[in-house]
Amino acid sequence: MLTIDNLANEIDGKAILKGLSLSIKAGEIHAIMGPNGAGKSTLAYTLGGRPGYQVTGGDASFNGVNLFSLEPHERAAAGLFLGFQYPVEIPGVSNLQFLRESLNSQRKARGEEPLSGGEFIKLAKEKAALLGLDMEMLKRPVNVGFSGGEKKRAEMVQMGILDPKLAILDETDSGLDIDALKIVGAGINAIMRKPDKAVLLITHYQRLLDYVKPDFVHVLAGGRIVKSGGPELALELEREGYAEVAAA
Amino acid sequence: MTTLTLPTRKAEEWRYSDLDALATVWPTPAPTRIDVAAGESVRHHLLQDAADGAAAVHDYAITIADGARCDFHVLNIGGKLGRVTFAVTLGKGSHFELNGAIIGGGDQVLEIITSVTHAQPDATSGQTIRSILGQHATGSYLGSINVARDAQRTDAFQSVKAMLLDRTATANAKPELEIYADDVKCAHGATVGELDKQALFYMASRGMDPATAKTLLLKAFVAGVFDDVADEAVKGSLEAAALAKLETLV
Repeated sequence: MLTIDNLANEIDGKAILKGLSLSIKAGEIHAIMGPNGAGKSTLAYTLGGRPGYQVTGGDASFNGVNLFSLEPHERAAAGLFLGFQYPVEIPGVSNLQFLRESLNSQRKARGEEPLSGGEFIKLAKEKAALLGLDMEMLKRPVNVGFSGGEKKRAEMVQMGILDPKLAILDETDSGLDIDALKIVGAGINAIMRKPDKAVLLITHYQRLLDYVKPDFVHVLAGGRIVKSGGPELALELEREGYAEVAAA
Repeated sequence: MTTLTLPTRKAEEWRYSDLDALATVWPTPAPTRIDVAAGESVRHHLLQDAADGAAAVHDYAITIADGARCDFHVLNIGGKLGRVTFAVTLGKGSHFELNGAIIGGGDQVLEIITSVTHAQPDATSGQTIRSILGQHATGSYLGSINVARDAQRTDAFQSVKAMLLDRTATANAKPELEIYADDVKCAHGATVGELDKQALFYMASRGMDPATAKTLLLKAFVAGVFDDVADEAVKGSLEAAALAKLETLV
């Protein structure tokens, strides 16, 4: 589904990713772990196409399409979802309006009919219930006044409604208490644990991986994947620390 | 007496104007008079949508008698020069409320100029102006509030926010207070900003095309300006005209 080959990039002239390669197939869940400053968020933003994240080398192919030839909104329409570590607040634009415009923009780009108001509300209700988020919250402006945990749940409601093929989730577990973590974990499984979908989880901690079990775990350090393994690698990292494992 | 000599930019209220465009309609007619009788409440609106290249100047002289109220909604979007001015005098315990939006592109010069005089005690006034300017447009709000010596317990505010879509556009915001009474509340705020790039990327990451995303943010920015237009048909026409104009800019 996603093949990243020798990706290098820079932000403001500073090299962050330095030859990162990774391949994700449909049906797989991958976790990327690594110390602060390793380039984890940079990888997510670069794949999402955030302005200022300059690709200086390598390729990324998403279902056979050169990802970097697409604008950010085209990547979303092609089935890429980026879960933000810090979801953005948009005063004056309700979640429902935001999501309906987003979904219908995607559908239009794919040559599909827009969803009617009624169909959309039904879908939104179903996904909000899945994440235990009150529909009233979705009538409020995007992320405005939401707690850290509510923002992350709202992100997962967005993911449920937009129904992507590949979700790149950047520290979706940060800011969540244990109960919220369970709900969000179950939400990720319900929405994305399917044979035709894939997930790339970016996280500091093992705890999310207790709920969303990865098939592969990678250690990102110094802008490269320095080690890959199965779920046991996450436990090893938790036990021994990044420095130890990355050096081994 | 209206002078027939074309004003110059030396006059403060013409400093940012387009005098060449003005010359094509000079001298402008006498101001439209609105006199609100004591205790009455009136609503007015203006959709200034003159043809491309034209100059449109609308001057209003409004007198609001004791205990009366005037609500004015203005959408200033048309012409090479679109200028709307208000000279308002407030009686005792009266209220004036102006809600205005300026949306301009090309090389338009769009202006809202106000002079609100609190001549008597206990009057209140509110002015809310939102401007969206793209390309080489200039949008100006020059607003003075004048509080006479006797006008105790005056409560007035000016809220002016401008959004620049291009670095080549210009917003001028100049709230001005002249206060001779001592028991007075006058609040004013003016900001000039750009579309939130983080919000635009967030919206793009959800699949929204750039034009839809910008339009949504701009609609949110001017939202509220026409919220309390009582006549639904008028409200609908102002909102539709604002949206149509926005869509030409993104």
